Order: sequence, then structure tokens, then C-alpha cells
Amino acid sequence: MQDAANLSEYRKQLREALENEFQREALDKFAVAYRTSRANAFAGIDAPELINEIAVAKDEAVDHLMELYEEFKRHAEAAGTKVHLAATAREANEIIAAIAKENGVRTIVKSKSMTAEETHLNDHLEAQGLEVTETDLGEWIIQLRHEGPTHMVMPAIHLSRYQVADLFTEVTRKKQDVDIQKLVKVARRELRPKYCQADMGISGANFAIAATGSIGIITNEGNGRLTTTLPRVHVALAGIDKLAPTLHDALRIIKCLPKNATGQNLTSYVTWITGAVPCAVGPEGKKVHHVVFVDNGRLAMAKDPLFKQALRCIRCGACANVCPIYRLVGGHKYGHVYIGAIGLVATYFFHGRDKAKNLVQNCLNCGACKAVCAAGIDLPTMIKEVHARIQDEEGHPLYSSAAGMVLKNRTLFHTMLKSARVMQKPVAGGGYLRHLPMFLFKDHDFRALPAIADEAFRDRWEKIRPRVAKADIKVALFSGCVQDFVYPEQMEAAVAVIASKPGVAMEYPMGQSCCGLPLMMMGEKKAGRELAAHNMNAIDAAGFDYIVTLCASCASYLKHGYQRLFADDPAMAYKAAQFAHRVMDFSSFVHDVLGMDQEAFTGPSKDVTYHAPCHLCRGLGVTEAPRELLRDAGLNYLPAAEEDVCCGFGGTFSVKFPELSKELLHKKINNLKATGATAMATDCPGCIMQIRGGFEHEGTTFEVRHVAEYLAARLKRG
Amino acid sequence: MSTPPALVDRLKEKAGLVSAVVASVASMDEAIAYVADVCANKEACQILASGCDAPLSDTAEALCETKQQKIVCAPDLPEEDVAKLTALCQERGIAVITKGMRGRLGGIDIAVTMAAAGIAETGTVVVRSTDEEVRLATMIAETHIALLPESAIVADSYDFEPTLVSWMGEPNYTAFITGPSRTADIERVLALGVHGPLEMHILILEGK
Repeated sequence: MQDAANLSEYRKQLREALENEFQREALDKFAVAYRTSRANAFAGIDAPELINEIAVAKDEAVDHLMELYEEFKRHAEAAGTKVHLAATAREANEIIAAIAKENGVRTIVKSKSMTAEETHLNDHLEAQGLEVTETDLGEWIIQLRHEGPTHMVMPAIHLSRYQVADLFTEVTRKKQDVDIQKLVKVARRELRPKYCQADMGISGANFAIAATGSIGIITNEGNGRLTTTLPRVHVALAGIDKLAPTLHDALRIIKCLPKNATGQNLTSYVTWITGAVPCAVGPEGKKVHHVVFVDNGRLAMAKDPLFKQALRCIRCGACANVCPIYRLVGGHKYGHVYIGAIGLVATYFFHGRDKAKNLVQNCLNCGACKAVCAAGIDLPTMIKEVHARIQDEEGHPLYSSAAGMVLKNRTLFHTMLKSARVMQKPVAGGGYLRHLPMFLFKDHDFRALPAIADEAFRDRWEKIRPRVAKADIKVALFSGCVQDFVYPEQMEAAVAVIASKPGVAMEYPMGQSCCGLPLMMMGEKKAGRELAAHNMNAIDAAGFDYIVTLCASCASYLKHGYQRLFADDPAMAYKAAQFAHRVMDFSSFVHDVLGMDQEAFTGPSKDVTYHAPCHLCRGLGVTEAPRELLRDAGLNYLPAAEEDVCCGFGGTFSVKFPELSKELLHKKINNLKATGATAMATDCPGCIMQIRGGFEHEGTTFEVRHVAEYLAARLKRG
Repeated sequence: MSTPPALVDRLKEKAGLVSAVVASVASMDEAIAYVADVCANKEACQILASGCDAPLSDTAEALCETKQQKIVCAPDLPEEDVAKLTALCQERGIAVITKGMRGRLGGIDIAVTMAAAGIAETGTVVVRSTDEEVRLATMIAETHIALLPESAIVADSYDFEPTLVSWMGEPNYTAFITGPSRTADIERVLALGVHGPLEMHILILEGK
């Protein structure tokens, strides 16, 4: 449960979490194993199509939650269930406490419910003098430890068998062996009497089916079945977003949920309960059955054009499974109650700005969560939007609004960069900034920072621009700040490659400025819009066939981000779409449009590995073009492990959370080295800055270059 | 119309992947003999092997002491089959019950139930459990043996949807069961038999 008062306290907590070696190893192993088991589970299934069907169906349901509620209530009540709707978390807890009271309940068994975690139900019931026992093994363990879950489906993933053995020794007052199989059996037998004695069972519900008034519960252990069978009272607690029109909707989600959660084809149990079923110890031999829906802001969220998407969530936890940051710091520091990417969003809505304000900044924008989401939720965009809203509500930090002011004024920004070039003279050497007064950059000493180039690309352009007599294709080059001012040689290489094909006319529109992604990362949405409008004005899209950029992050933001920024402004939305349709990354342009292949290149073979930039492979869905180009250019491409996992740069992320950036870079570098190659290609200057700086800092000779540079060096001279 | 062999094979394959034991039997009599054999060949008290050697708190120990003899519970089998099973088991000193599960919560050896359907895609059996005895027997038993008529095997869950929807028209409790009870909550290490059965058997009744 992350609850730091400010960012520096949060960073301190993160550093502590980084020192938890057991947790780091456990999450590392899981992250690697999950990748394979998920792929195996979905083998032979069109996962994107299934995910899209789930998204469409959930969106439709979210638009009609109250109607579905009424329909559910009608059917469930006809079958003997009492149905409640609580406006707030507290109200839900009070309803359940009242049910306990009117039925003379003293002891309660619970099966796993994230919604009950959200409402802090146990605390409320215990304060009324009720005894509550969690029966899911992981939940029981963390209940005994008085802590919250660290994963939505594996709540105790952060704990070792030794810790569990110690805990069970304490609980049974008998020494327990450190043997997982035995410990599980101890739990089986310790919990069995709890079910027998309990007056009431509380469960969650994965589905509430409106057409029949039924609930569906997914479990592996079977505790859900005992909880809903043995006690005379059963209360199911569910977010109102769990309403689904028909059984078919639930069956569809079940085809995806366990596979996406842990790579399991299906859980051991799926339990379908309709109405008050027979119960020998209940009044008249029937179960006292209640379903409590909790709104807690969901109904309002359902009307928010952007955030209604969050209600698609089926609580599979996959967004944590693939998150590079979760993997480093675990769920206690990467969520308040809800964990992972969806937790960063949900915390703001369910537990407030104060709990969300630090958390929401801790996102690389790498898009791994979005790519794996069972309901296709655009999590990175929502996380940035929550950040922007919090800044609008609380006021923007000085550095953030200052960045907004500078970046949206191109002349000022570029003048500052050019002055920096002069100022850096005493510390610049061999392309890096050296001898920096490191006390100013205490946490940033994990990579060498590049120096600003002597001459920006924009100042070289007139000298190098190719003259094309007859243009078949008109291309506008978008350099982005890093290639313009730090790595202009990458742009020059790209120009040489493109110019090797006749009939391609290139322009470098001088008015272009920063793409605006850093502002989005900082929550400066307003300045970001102004900057986007500036760029769309500087590059008149209608005059070009393609807008080509070598920076994966710029490309992805120009293509998708601009359209999102102007979604609510029809005139600008048209312009943004016109612009976006023309944007293409360098590798795709050269490979797919120019059709360059091995005929174009020559040179001796050489081992080269690759780093797939987040914004290329997930942001733009481009995976094969750069790899094929490397092979076509005669290079021996050696795949690296976790090639598509973020290098830890994340733009401003690496400035804000250097301790996390450093760890991610370290992993990346080790994976690259493990290929045996001593050279690496990629498609993003940000990644190059990070990875090259990392190698330089540790003193390893490793060539890190843009794909364009490899291609340019191997062009056949004709 | 007979069930395509490929569908049967798929169910066997998928159920096997989740540690279920799957076998085909030619008749109900053969199925009953199978149940009696499994029970007879089982450790005298499997519960011992499943944790009775582990030191427990006094309350948990007390619950285990309620069980004396090997027990098979057959809550929803046709009467004549229960009679046959009882005869077979009696010879071997095994008790057969059809109800009274609330008095046996410490554990029983075997639950044998009918399966209303098999879902090949996931190796799942569908057990109608509105009767509380069926629900409890299939959870409390260490081994659950489900008898699945071959003709009740469907390709995927959507094929079973109309039937389940019709059941949901009145108070109903239905279970999709896929392998034994399992957890991986400690260090992601798989352990079978957390709260429910340690073993799951599916007997496919050929030609039924």
C-alpha cells in the first residue's frame, strides 16, 4: 500500500524496495516465465480479436450499467437473492455489516475479492466485533501478516517459503517445515474448521449476469465454493462494472482471463450461482443470499469519455506482470490497493489524489501494459491524463510549467540549447559531458550524458540537402530535438540512405520543434497542445506524402498522440489526422515504401544485436522492418533476450526516477552483452543516449548506433 | 449421433494437462468397479499423507478425528448404481453414503458424481451442484471421480451456453471443474489439493 507524502519520500520507499532481493528475484522469474506461458496459453487463438471483442462488449455494458443493474436485480430477486447498490465504499461496508447483524453472524469466511480490498471491508467488519478469515491461501497469508496484496491474482508473490513457514509456526504454535507442499496442507486443514464454524461467507464476483441474475466466480483453490456453500449466509460484493448482459459475455472473458493472468488455460473452478440455493443450515433449508454492488465513483467514470475505458478492466493483473517497474519494486510500492498500470489509474478514482499523486508519475510510458491488456485499455494515456488532472487540481510544479513555457516557444528553446553548447565547453570531451560537478547530479551518475553537437542538423541541412530534379515521393523530415542537437550524424545517415533511391525529394521544415512528448510525460497538456499545433503548422502535411522521423518516440507521439490531443476539436482533429496519416518511422519507410533490400547494400558480415524501442514495437507495431534491414545490409543479427523490454530511458522518467532507470539500463546492458555481439542497432535516439551512456559509464566498448547509420555505412556506392 | 473421437481425445489431452486422470469405460458397471478400486488402492487414510503428519493447531486436529473408515459419497448416482457400488465396496470395508456431508467435513475419500457435460477445449467437466450434497462431496473428498457420458462432450464453453442459461432460470449452483484444486500462492510453486480434491478423475462412459 503506497502512501508516501511526497515524491522524495516515495523515491526513498522505492530505493528500499529495490533492496528486497527475494522479491526482485521472484518477480524477475515470474516476468520471464509469464511471457512464455502466456504465449503458450494463447497458441492457436486469435488473441487480438478476442481482446477486441471483450473491449467492444465491455464498452457497450459500461454505457448501460444502471439498466443492467435493474435487470439483474429483477431476475436475482425472483430467485430469492437480495440485491443492493452502495454509492460509496463505506456504504457497501455498512450494508454488509447490517446483513451480518440481522442474521446474528459472528464469524465470517471470505474468498478473494479485490473490491473488498478497495472498500477495506475487513477493517470495517472487525471494528464491529466480527471475526473475518480470508480463505484464499495468499490472502490468508497477507491477512495474518497485516498487509495488503502485492499482485491482483498472486497476493503473496513477494513472500518466501521461509517467511510462510515462520508465519504458520506462529499461527499453529507448532514448528512447521519449510516445505511448500506441507505448508499448503497446513493451510487446508487450519482453514477447514473456519468454514465449518462460519455463519457468513463473503465472496467477490467476476461477473454479474443481468439476463439471469447469476454471479460467476473464478477460483483455483476451491475456497470460493466452500465459502459460498457452508455458511448459511452468502454475500457477494462486486463493483457495478462487473455487470454483463449475458452469460456469453462472461464466457468470452473466461476464455481470456486465466490465460492473460498467469498463462493458465482455465482455472480449476468456475462457479455459477443463481438465487438462494439449498443450504441445510439456512432458514427453510435455503441460503440467505445477497449481492452488493458498489458504485464508489464508477457510474460517474462511466460517463467520462476517456476514463470509462478503465471500467473494461477484468482484474487479470497482466499489466503488472509485464510492467518493468512493477518487476523492480513490487506491488506494495506500485499501487495503493489496485496494483500495476490499472492501479495507477484506479487509485486516483477510488482512493483519491493524495494516494495517487506520486504513484502516477512512476510510469515509463513504455506501453507494455497496453499491449497485454485483456480489454485493450489504453493505460499509458490514462496514466498521463491522471497526472495532468492532478497537476491541474493541485497546481503545476515550477519545473514543469517552466518546461511547458520553454518548449512551446521554439526560438527560446533552440536558443537555450545553443547557449548550452557554449556553456558545456569546459566539461565536454569525446562527445560526452565529463567532469560534471556530480554533487548536483547525485543519483544520475549511472550513465554518461552526451554533449550537444557542435553544429545542429538544422544548421547543416542547406549544405547536405540532396537536389532532386523529378520528385516521385515528397518527404518531410522530422528530426526531434535529440537528433537535431545531439546526434545530427544520425539524421545525415538517414538522408544518405533515402537519397540513394532516385525520385525522393526531402525537405526539412525549419519551423519544427520538439514533438511535445516530454510535456505529456510531465502532465503539461495545455502547453503540449500548443506545441503540437505549432508543429502541424510548421510542417504542412498536405504538401508531403510522408513525414519521416528516426525517433520512435516522436513517430509514435506524432502519429497517435496528436490525434488524442485534438479529439475534442473537429477542425484541429482533421489536421491532426491528416498529419498522423503521413507519419512513418525511418525503418518502415526505407523497407516498406522505398523497398530497399540486399541489392542496395554491401560490406563484410558482422554480429549486431538489436534493441526494440517501446514506441516502435508497441507504439507503432513495427517489429520486422528494422531487423530485415539489418540482415539485408549483410549484418548478422543476433536476437537479445527481452529485446522489447524498455531500456529505462522514458524521457523525463529517467530524470525523475534515476534509481529505477539505472536498474532497467543494467538489465538491458546485460541482455545485450549476453548475445556475444559487441554492436547494437536501434531506432530511437533516446534509447541510444541511455544505452550508449550506460556502456560508456561502465567502460565497456560496445557500438550503439541507429539503424540508419549501419545502413548508410553499407550503401553500395554507385 | 456419436461424439467425434477427436473431441474425446482433445478433452483427454486438455484434462491431462491439468493433472486430471482420464479414462474411458465401456459401461456403468465398469465405472463402478473403477471407483471401488481407486478407493481400495488408496492409502488407508490419504488425509494422513495430505497433511495429518503436519503439526496443527488443536481445533484443526479435532476436526480430522471425526473420520474413522474409508468413505465414498455418491450423491447423485442412479439408485441401482449406488446399490452396485455399495455391494462392491462392502466387500472391501468401504462405506458408501449418498448424503450427510455436513457431518463429514473433516474429509472423505472419494466423491463420485455425474458430469452434465465435458468441455473439450479446456478439459473441463460441468457438475450440477444445486444439491448441497453434491457441492460438498466434490469439495470435501480427496478424490473426485466424475462420470461423463461421451455424448455430453462439447467442443467449447459456448456450445454449453444454452443449457446453462436454461438452468439459470431458477435457483441453481453449477460448477465448471478443471483438474484438482490447486494453488501457486507460495513462490509460484504448484500445489494440488488446497481446499478441494487432491485428485480429479474423469471416466468417459463410452456410447452413453
